[in-house]
Amino acid sequence: MTRHPAAPGSWDGRAAPASALPPVAEYSMRLGDDALVLAQRLGEWVSRAPQLEEDVALANIGLDLVGQARTLLTYAGEVEGEGRDEDDLAYLREERDFRNLQIVERPNGDFAVTIARQLAFSAYQLGLYRSLCRSADATLAAIAAKAVKEVDYHLDHARQWVLRLGDGTRESHHRMQAGLEQIWPYVDEMFDADELTDALAREGVAVDPAALRPEWDATVSAVLARATLTRPEPAFHGRGGRRGLHTEAMGYLLAEMQHLHRSHPGASW
Amino acid sequence: MVTGVAEIREVVADVLDPEVPVLTIDDLGVLRDVRVEPDGHVVVEITPTYSGCPAMDAIRDDVLARLRDHGHADAEVRLVLAPAWTTDWMSEEGRRKLAAYGIAPPHVRGTGPVPLSLSVRCPRCGSPDTRETSRFGSTACKSLWTCRSCLEPFDHFKAL
Repeated sequence: MTRHPAAPGSWDGRAAPASALPPVAEYSMRLGDDALVLAQRLGEWVSRAPQLEEDVALANIGLDLVGQARTLLTYAGEVEGEGRDEDDLAYLREERDFRNLQIVERPNGDFAVTIARQLAFSAYQLGLYRSLCRSADATLAAIAAKAVKEVDYHLDHARQWVLRLGDGTRESHHRMQAGLEQIWPYVDEMFDADELTDALAREGVAVDPAALRPEWDATVSAVLARATLTRPEPAFHGRGGRRGLHTEAMGYLLAEMQHLHRSHPGASW
Repeated sequence: MVTGVAEIREVVADVLDPEVPVLTIDDLGVLRDVRVEPDGHVVVEITPTYSGCPAMDAIRDDVLARLRDHGHADAEVRLVLAPAWTTDWMSEEGRRKLAAYGIAPPHVRGTGPVPLSLSVRCPRCGSPDTRETSRFGSTACKSLWTCRSCLEPFDHFKAL
């Protein structure tokens, strides 16, 4: 009757992840899940964006992220050594096994909400990949060096839209500010360090998330100031994605992303 | 059956990019290495233009088919990520073919940072009076532009 899975940690936001994965696999999976889940969200815009060029742009950004997710999840599976490939990890894991940040799973909202998330996440991902290019792990460094060039374009795209909407009409300004307000509660989680990142950062493998904050603040503040927008001060902060704790929106996203693969195992065309 | 590395390289070098079918993988700089191991096993290394480039699977199949046709069924295609692909690896011949095909070729980035606002010449009339319509185009590697002189919309292969 009740099928509550055992909680992987307490809900206080400080417990270590209860993961059986080797640390590098866990880390690669976190970054891969961020890319995969945001790609799925961006894909929802296809045929619904405000203009054709934007439809194409969001689909292209999603495609870049799918590519990054494929290499990161493939690597996570290789390091784990249990024979799981990118498809097994993307389609056959349950919600509590996904390690993505909550910001990427939040519903798209209107175009401004999506653009607010693109600004926040792309600025974070750019700093992350730039630092990860120097990782002691050669595979992670290679994936990051490839991806950093792509994310440069993603951030530029988001920046242009935030400026255009924020410093646009009264309505577009209002909608853009509202978009920021919806996304900002999930910003702090991007910079949370935990035992895994502490340990891997000491070895020069991972990037300490907290160290990315100053540059992110400078980048984002400059855009918001030019766009005449106000930086939100959220009343709560969502946390727990790295430990498999997700918002209500996540289950629906996974249902759509995974059902075809699960309904037709092994199908190909 | 060809056996030398140089001959085998020639066999696979003119596989076309399915997304821009005037460019070979050699023109693009996607073909990174061809090796023949002592037992005759052929290893071809290719690198993706973009992480999510869907053309890689097609290119891999085409390379293997070419090799099979030339007597090398024992072959594999490996995807290498480092060093990351750059449009600077595109050959002069490739740039010329792109422009003739109607796609403005990427400018050379060199080593320093290059401003994105460099003018892109219209591949149809040659005018530098063009504007970017969208940073993202019909494939991951292209952006959309419009020529103010002849009014034609065109694709630009983004410098990466």
